[in-house]
Amino acid sequence: MSFASILAQLLNGLAGASSLFMVAAGLSLIFGVTRVVNFAHGSLYMLGLYVAYSTVEFLGRTPLGFWGAIVVATIVIGALGALIEIAILRRIYRAPELFQLLATFAVVLVIKDVALAIWGAEELVGPRAPGLSRTVEIMGRRVPQYDLALIVIAPLLLLGLWLALTRTRWGALVRAATQDREMVGALGVDERKLFTGVFFVGAALAGLGGALQLPREPANLGLDLAVIADAFVVTVVGGLGSIPGAFIAAILIGVVKAFCIALGTQSVLGLEISFSKLTLVVEFLVMAIVLVVRPYGLLGRPPAQQRAVGEITTLPNMPDWRRWLPFVALLALIPFAAPDDRYLLVLLTDIAILSLFAVSLHVLMGPSGMVSFGHAAYFGVAAYAAAILMRKVQLPMEVAVAVAPFVAGAVALVYGWFCVRLSGVYLAMLTLAFAQITWSVIFQWDSLTGGSNGLTGVWPPAWLADKRVYFWLTLVLCALGIGLLWRMLFSPFGYALRAGRDSPLRAEAIGIDVRRLQWFAFALAGAFAGLGGALFAFSKGSISPELASIAQSTDALVMVLLGGVETITGPIAGAAIFTWLKDELARRTEYWRSVFGLVILALVLLFPQGVVGGLAMLWRRVRPAS
Amino acid sequence: MSAPVLEVAGLAKAFGGVRAVDDVSFTVVAGELLAMIGPNGAGKSTCFNMLNGQLSADAGAVRLLGRDVLGMKPRAIWRLGVGRTFQITATFTSMTVRENVQMALLSHRHGLGSLLSRASARHRNEADALLGRVGMREQGDRVCGVLAYGDLKRVELAVALANDPKLLLMDEPTAGMAPKERIELMALAASLAREREVAVLFTEHDMDVVFAHADRIIVLDRGRLIAQGEPAAVRADPQVQAVYLGSGAMFGHEVPA
Repeated sequence: MSFASILAQLLNGLAGASSLFMVAAGLSLIFGVTRVVNFAHGSLYMLGLYVAYSTVEFLGRTPLGFWGAIVVATIVIGALGALIEIAILRRIYRAPELFQLLATFAVVLVIKDVALAIWGAEELVGPRAPGLSRTVEIMGRRVPQYDLALIVIAPLLLLGLWLALTRTRWGALVRAATQDREMVGALGVDERKLFTGVFFVGAALAGLGGALQLPREPANLGLDLAVIADAFVVTVVGGLGSIPGAFIAAILIGVVKAFCIALGTQSVLGLEISFSKLTLVVEFLVMAIVLVVRPYGLLGRPPAQQRAVGEITTLPNMPDWRRWLPFVALLALIPFAAPDDRYLLVLLTDIAILSLFAVSLHVLMGPSGMVSFGHAAYFGVAAYAAAILMRKVQLPMEVAVAVAPFVAGAVALVYGWFCVRLSGVYLAMLTLAFAQITWSVIFQWDSLTGGSNGLTGVWPPAWLADKRVYFWLTLVLCALGIGLLWRMLFSPFGYALRAGRDSPLRAEAIGIDVRRLQWFAFALAGAFAGLGGALFAFSKGSISPELASIAQSTDALVMVLLGGVETITGPIAGAAIFTWLKDELARRTEYWRSVFGLVILALVLLFPQGVVGGLAMLWRRVRPAS
Repeated sequence: MSAPVLEVAGLAKAFGGVRAVDDVSFTVVAGELLAMIGPNGAGKSTCFNMLNGQLSADAGAVRLLGRDVLGMKPRAIWRLGVGRTFQITATFTSMTVRENVQMALLSHRHGLGSLLSRASARHRNEADALLGRVGMREQGDRVCGVLAYGDLKRVELAVALANDPKLLLMDEPTAGMAPKERIELMALAASLAREREVAVLFTEHDMDVVFAHADRIIVLDRGRLIAQGEPAAVRADPQVQAVYLGSGAMFGHEVPA
């Protein structure tokens, strides 16, 4: 590889890094001050790109029109961010952090549909930047002028942000709030104004990042989740709350990605490695490495001690299996009551499987205090393991379903080793990174997984071919799995996990090796999610990489949060409501996502303890009166 | 005199240029209550955190029953028989008082690997007995998160006694409590320690508590051990008086000229 081509790729990487830096800086700023992980940040980026596209069309493809459109998009998206803060987040700052996450996720759904309604599903290719549409020759390589402009804009923006943060009163408040939010409030600063302002700036940065990509990247509806995953990686690598960190991380990742493309397929130690295929995972690899070496990112600091809000969460009583058995039996009878309703059977099978999936995630999120953004990795791995074992290794389906959870558990054991070294948001983002790696491997390993097409013909043997029989099998296995997980929560092991969450200091002081227990819990949760995944594969007959996608992971997250983290049975209610609602809405309207998002928002604003948690609280309030 | 339970020799720790703990040596024997006192910034907490494994030491030795424990993790030191209470109570707030004690008992008996038995049914009587000793038995079913601070301190004491410790480390056991409660709590800790032949090392700011219950006192100032001995001797020590003069904390109105 010549120096010239290295330079060309370097410039390309730097140009790509500049937008990434803006999104990540906005995300970081918002998280630093408000402690909200804004899942909708990628959506704001996407909207920025769309708004810029339409504004250019309106103003005309002149330099003034182009740069005017970028300014308009920045301001519009900033205002939208402020609006989201005022209308939604402000109302739930006192709710658990995870609820804010759920709310921003609902915003993702709504924005996606709004974009679909306004701009349609087709990709929109923006104009070249007027005046910067040519290329410059550097060492015999053609480099777009616009790329060079982007490379200049990013550091200028960093300088501007740095000046704003260090030289203005507003910046001093932002930095103070990042270090100690309560103290800033105690000093009489109007937190509302500060938070709204920070959301405006953070969102505007995302909008700007998106708008600037207009000549480089077609606007499309898949950008939101793709960008948020990238932005997570950049913020975490750079260190949450550190804007220079985001800058360095964006450049690091942009450059590493560019080099992977430049390297193409190389032979290393006799192995053919396709570096260009590696681009999908390389940023996540960088992140995993950085986090293991520097758990709080390159320039990050350990998170400030958060004062407890005085929230006391106790574990409800252990569900009594004698009470649940009739319920399960009743469910088993449904196929007799409605023998012709195939749709109902499919729905019930899905709910049973996703309940197990959600309960296994809840074990991590609730009692263990580890939030996973990437639980679908184990679901997907097991689904593929089961399908491959049957189709390629020719094992009987029963054996494949029995083995698959162990494969998922083993993968979770490997990922978990890294993850339990971190906590809180960092842990969550590392799980997301691992899930994304898993997804990419599945997506690209054509010969084994069928790549983007997935695998078909994953059908159970004759005795399970009847949908009813398969439903019964699923029901029994999932109920058993859930029962075992619940029982575990009340065992000494489950209590020890909760001890580690309640007070790591005390847990260590009574001889509990919290990290080891968490590691084991991680693997266990992965294995049970895997059982769900394996059953899912054979219920559908075909599988695709979707099963390990971010969307699948967030589905589980939403189910748990919807049901209520601090309950036991909540995840099941969440899984049932989620699956049913999604199905109903998807059948009725093209815009089911936004309706679904609005439902989630309504639930979050009305029941900050989740549905089951909220009902339990209502019940406690009503009971003494009756 | 019996062999010391805890033996600290030449312990030292510096943060940057500050010698937080500088060549400190002392011993504690079974059944003895040793108070570690000194003004703010004297190095008490640093010293404590090295003993219980939360901080590494720059130099020196810490021996528990003759065994070198310096550099061990807190949980390993606990397994050797060291109970602890914290300056700011650390309990499992989502669990009941009894369950807090049960956790310590379960951990002590290596019972935490069990995935299918019910935690709240294990070692129940034993937990109640311990709670009875600290006067918290009636509150066994209450959740720790709702308890008054003084009660939490008692729970911590019961938790600390669950592994039959040879040594009890109490960091400011009465901080944040009302004066009457303080005397009561310390009297309870003292009687439990004597009855079980436990060696106790505690730091404390309340001199009434210190002089009422300590068998011996060691005094730290700017990282160095400046005096040790019986309470009366320490009280009369001119160096100690000099350190505490002006604060008035030690002698109240009796400040000698």
